[in-house]
Amino acid sequence: MATVSVDLTVDARGLNCPMPIVRTAQAVKGLASGQTVEVIATDPGSVKDFAAWSKTTGNEIVEQTADGGEFHFVLRKK
Amino acid sequence: MTVAETPTIEAMPEPVVEPEDAAKPKGLAIICYSGDLEKTWAAMILASTAGAMAMPTKVFVTFWGLQTFVRDDVRITGENWMQQMMSFMQRPGISHRKLSKMNFFGMGPWMMRKLAKQYNVASPKELLEIAASMGVEFIPCQMTMDMFGLKREDLIEGMGDPVGAATYLSYVGEGYAPLFI
Repeated sequence: MATVSVDLTVDARGLNCPMPIVRTAQAVKGLASGQTVEVIATDPGSVKDFAAWSKTTGNEIVEQTADGGEFHFVLRKK
Repeated sequence: MTVAETPTIEAMPEPVVEPEDAAKPKGLAIICYSGDLEKTWAAMILASTAGAMAMPTKVFVTFWGLQTFVRDDVRITGENWMQQMMSFMQRPGISHRKLSKMNFFGMGPWMMRKLAKQYNVASPKELLEIAASMGVEFIPCQMTMDMFGLKREDLIEGMGDPVGAATYLSYVGEGYAPLFI
C-alpha cells in the first residue's frame, strides 16, 4: 500500500497494454497539479511503461513497489 | 579532381550541439493505410497511448484505412456500382475488420476477439473512442473519399476536414514523427 497520501486510486488489475497507462492518463486529467494518483496494475510491462510515460509527460513517480504479481505506483501530476 | 579539393577535417564545420529538446519530435503523425484487423488494432493502440502520453497526434486515414472509419451501421457505400460492390464485398466499419492472414471466413477475427476479451485487451473500437477523447485528430483523405464515393455522413463523427498528402507531409515538416501502418 502507498505510504504517501493519495488523492485517487486507479485499479488497473487485469488490464492489458495500453489500458493501465490510458486509465491513468484519464484519471490524471481530472487532478490538479501536485495531486497524486495511486495505480495498481498486474501487467508486468507496466513497470517500464510507467517510467516511459512519466519521462514523456513530466508526471513524477513518487513511489513504486511490487507485491506478488501486483505493481503499485504513486504518481504526482506535474 | 586534385587532392587539395578534398575537404580536410580542419575545414569541416563544427558539429552543432543541439539542445536536448531539439531531438524530441513535436508529436506523432500516423498514416492509417491498412484496413486489416491486426494493423487497425496496432494503429489504435499507438493512437490511444500517444493521447495518454499527451503527445500531439494526428492520424491521416487513407485507402483501406478509411473503410475502418465508416460508421459501423452503414452497410453499402459509394455512388456507382463498382464502389457499392467493394463495400458489399468488404463490410466497412471498425467492428467489421478482417485479418490479412487466417481470416477463415470470419473464424480468425472471432477467435481474436474472444482471446482479447479473455486477456482484457481493449477492442479497436474502444481504443479509437479513447484516442478521440484524448485529443487525437483523425483526418480523412479527400482522394480516397472521392475514389470510394464516401460522403462525410458515411464517416464516424468528429473527424477533421478531408485533406491531401501535402497536408500530411506538412506535419512531418513541422517535426511530427511519421508512422505508416
